[in-house]
Amino acid sequence: MGNLEYLKTIYSLHEDMLAKKFTLVYDGEITHQITKAFTSLAESKMNSYSEDSSVKRKVFHVMVECLQNLSKHAEAYEYKGNKGRYSNGIFIVGKIGKEQNEYQVITGNAVDKSRVPELKALLEKINQLDKEGLKELFKKQMREGSVSDKGGAGLGLIDIARKTGEKLDYHFVDMDEDNRFFILRTKISRNID
Amino acid sequence: MEVIKIKGTDDTPNVILDAENNIIEFSGRSLPEDIITFYTPAIQWIEEYAKNPNPKTNVIFRLEYFNTASSKALLDILLKFEDIFNEGNEVLVQWYYQEDDEDMLEAGEEYSEIVDIPFEMHSY
Repeated sequence: MGNLEYLKTIYSLHEDMLAKKFTLVYDGEITHQITKAFTSLAESKMNSYSEDSSVKRKVFHVMVECLQNLSKHAEAYEYKGNKGRYSNGIFIVGKIGKEQNEYQVITGNAVDKSRVPELKALLEKINQLDKEGLKELFKKQMREGSVSDKGGAGLGLIDIARKTGEKLDYHFVDMDEDNRFFILRTKISRNID
Repeated sequence: MEVIKIKGTDDTPNVILDAENNIIEFSGRSLPEDIITFYTPAIQWIEEYAKNPNPKTNVIFRLEYFNTASSKALLDILLKFEDIFNEGNEVLVQWYYQEDDEDMLEAGEEYSEIVDIPFEMHSY
């Protein structure tokens, strides 16, 4: 790719973000500092138009749990024969503003193929449960899980479903022989019930 | 007994563990980078306190936010106080939540269902 072509891709990236209404796209390692920076960015943005405090809390909750899922579970993989392994996740926040009806938080990360059935089973289980069922599952996992569990006992996903009151919207994309790319899209409604 | 006073930050709570003045309190925000490192001293303090607890123990939670990783640590803390309660000591958990924060109220109610200690809910 020539230099000009390369520079033009920046413009198309910019256009793409506008068209898809992405405010923030981050592809990389998720650290604690990153988590703090992104959540406070969203908070101050929402404060700027006095967003309802219950909605703000939900957005904050969902962002933290999504970021922690990425930092704990993004699988290291080799990208198209390149040297080195990448354990990057992609984290996207949809447009934040009072003209929007909802907030959107999307994550994507590589998952070892062998872990997919277990993850799928948990996602499906969560999606079959109603409010009361989710509450019971959360309590059960909290009692039985241990803090040192890498998985955090699946509390994060249950919490996201509870906080948003929506089914988990997910998809697995084939990457290579060993990995699948797990995408989770979360929406937080601005309509207070 | 040793007094633990940890000043809160934007991702770790204020913690006061003071047996002599009978103050046990967790307040603020909890999403520490390393849950185990942050909460272990508190858990160890409670284990020590359990050997010779005050006749009446008040445990105050006044949290604005905690992540799911912290929720497990908070349960571990409450289970330590349940042991003290089960030994025949008086224990009361006072759970504070912001008036419009239903999720925080619900979190307190859930803990009260799991742990066998009297709870009092207070809005502020």
